[in-house]
Amino acid sequence: MSLFESTVLSAAGVVPGGEAAAAAETRANIFDMTRIAEDAVLRPRDTGPWSHPLRAALAARIARLNGENALAEHHMAAAGDFAALADPADDGASRGCGAVIAFMDKVAARTRDVQVRDITALQSAGIADADIVRLAELNAFLAYQLRVIAGLRLMRTGG
Amino acid sequence: MSRIVAKFTRTVPEWCPRVVPVTLEEATEEQLDALKVTPSNTRVSDYVLTLAHDVESLKVRSPLFNAIMYDTGGMSRAERELGAIGASMVNHCIYCAAVHADRHAQLEKNTDVTDRLFRDGAKAELTPRNRAIFDFALALSECPSQADETHIAALRAEGVTETEILDLVLSVALFGWANRLMHVLGDPVRPEN
Repeated sequence: MSLFESTVLSAAGVVPGGEAAAAAETRANIFDMTRIAEDAVLRPRDTGPWSHPLRAALAARIARLNGENALAEHHMAAAGDFAALADPADDGASRGCGAVIAFMDKVAARTRDVQVRDITALQSAGIADADIVRLAELNAFLAYQLRVIAGLRLMRTGG
Repeated sequence: MSRIVAKFTRTVPEWCPRVVPVTLEEATEEQLDALKVTPSNTRVSDYVLTLAHDVESLKVRSPLFNAIMYDTGGMSRAERELGAIGASMVNHCIYCAAVHADRHAQLEKNTDVTDRLFRDGAKAELTPRNRAIFDFALALSECPSQADETHIAALRAEGVTETEILDLVLSVALFGWANRLMHVLGDPVRPEN
């Protein structure tokens, strides 16, 4: 895969030529590691209870909460039966994952307000500590991925 | 006993996990490998032991973190730290803000910038170049991002190059990631006298 075919550069609309592309080429190692991180977080070998399609749906949901539609479409393509959860209006209750959805939305959009009770709510819902860490990692990676895209897009078009 | 640290500080607190970390006795081979545990090095922080629950993510994030914050060329290390501090103030990650304010002060051999930020808040008086960097970091860290063309124009007006802007984007984004681990999975604490 070429640098410019990676998720973040293609979602930001950065193509060869121009100053944003030239800057990206100086950090090709970082974009390569970013692609590897997407594989590790979205498509790990050990998924715990969070299957690859469910992770993709949650990723698309977080992208939508941030208004990053190109990234949302990228992740939606892998969401399979969980696609409905990518809609921020779906609270997950009908699929028995209301606690997970509430946690993911808060961590993504109201990070500063997260408190210990948000963790105990997941534990009370029967979610193991290792699986809470997996949810936080997925959410945290998306925060990175979508901000790299937002920043690159501004470099391409702004000012 | 310890108390939770609620205000921004450059004195790095301890970090107390809200979940039970992996124990070395129960760690898998892959976890021990990621933790770099050897017979002569069995000291691993609670932070790393907590993240070892998701060892595949832990293994890819560390080299990415080091490249974004320390690779040569582009934006200075201190200015990348300023981006990290901006993200951490938006997300109210006391722990990350402290670690990276301390690092900023060491790199600059000066505590003035971080003294001002923690005393006066995000609107503290900064040099025009630091102001442009910090404002962009704050805006990009919101959900959704509030960064726009005016922020990029302000950076360029202060002579921040495209490569430097990219490094700033990367450091701010990286702390969107780090804050959602440190602020979510644990508390910044200080032992009580």
